[in-house]
Amino acid sequence: MDIKYRNYNNVLYVMLIGELDEHTAKYTSKTLDDLFASTISRQIIIDLSEMKFMDSTGIGVLIGRYKKMKAKGVSIFISNPSYHAEKIFKLTGLYEIMPKIS
Amino acid sequence: MKEINKMELKFKAISENESFARASVAGFCLGLNPTMDELTDIKTAVSEAVTNSIVHAYPTDKKGEVTLSVTIFEGNLLKIEIRDYGVGIKDVEKAKQPFFTTKPNEERSGMGFTVMESFMDSLTVKNEKTGGVLVELTKKIESENEKMKKLG
Repeated sequence: MDIKYRNYNNVLYVMLIGELDEHTAKYTSKTLDDLFASTISRQIIIDLSEMKFMDSTGIGVLIGRYKKMKAKGVSIFISNPSYHAEKIFKLTGLYEIMPKIS
Repeated sequence: MKEINKMELKFKAISENESFARASVAGFCLGLNPTMDELTDIKTAVSEAVTNSIVHAYPTDKKGEVTLSVTIFEGNLLKIEIRDYGVGIKDVEKAKQPFFTTKPNEERSGMGFTVMESFMDSLTVKNEKTGGVLVELTKKIESENEKMKKLG
């Protein structure tokens, strides 16, 4: 898992590149937490266009970040999910807490 | 049902092997000409089952093994068995409920079995008498003819 980010117009854009599963979950959570803790943005967009694989462990990672940021009043959005990531998001109801934006 | 092909893998129950496990199953299934969607469904379901064994079967530092076997039957029918030799599941029906997790403090979604059930045609989970859990997944891969028909 490789994580890239940039700030633009007061929005933090984060790109997850690689596979999100049990093996990469801890690193992904830790890296996102560090990044989110230092941001002053009130909105975060997670770009999944380069995510090659994700299973339900990834849902746990995303919900965990949602809970932490919600407490600080920061919203997180999903962008560019693969067809398959979207299948898991719809099944688990993730979009209800992390809406998809285009 | 006539068996056409079969493979079996055994590996240590550590997360390093997840990617290897799902990629191996995907590679073995390629001969059935699955669509990308079918292949990703299979990879995801395998990943869920293997993750369960890695996370739950061996609670101590002494990690046991996971056996993964894939059988292809006549008619493009795929059967995948994921077997561990660990502590078993206390209540299988409860474990299969959406959002149920025995590790609520670890940010786990509790959606593993739900994903397996919805991405495959069938899911069977049982504790084995000799210890451990056997998960059986089946899926019918559409034949070329069936795929062509859908295209019209």
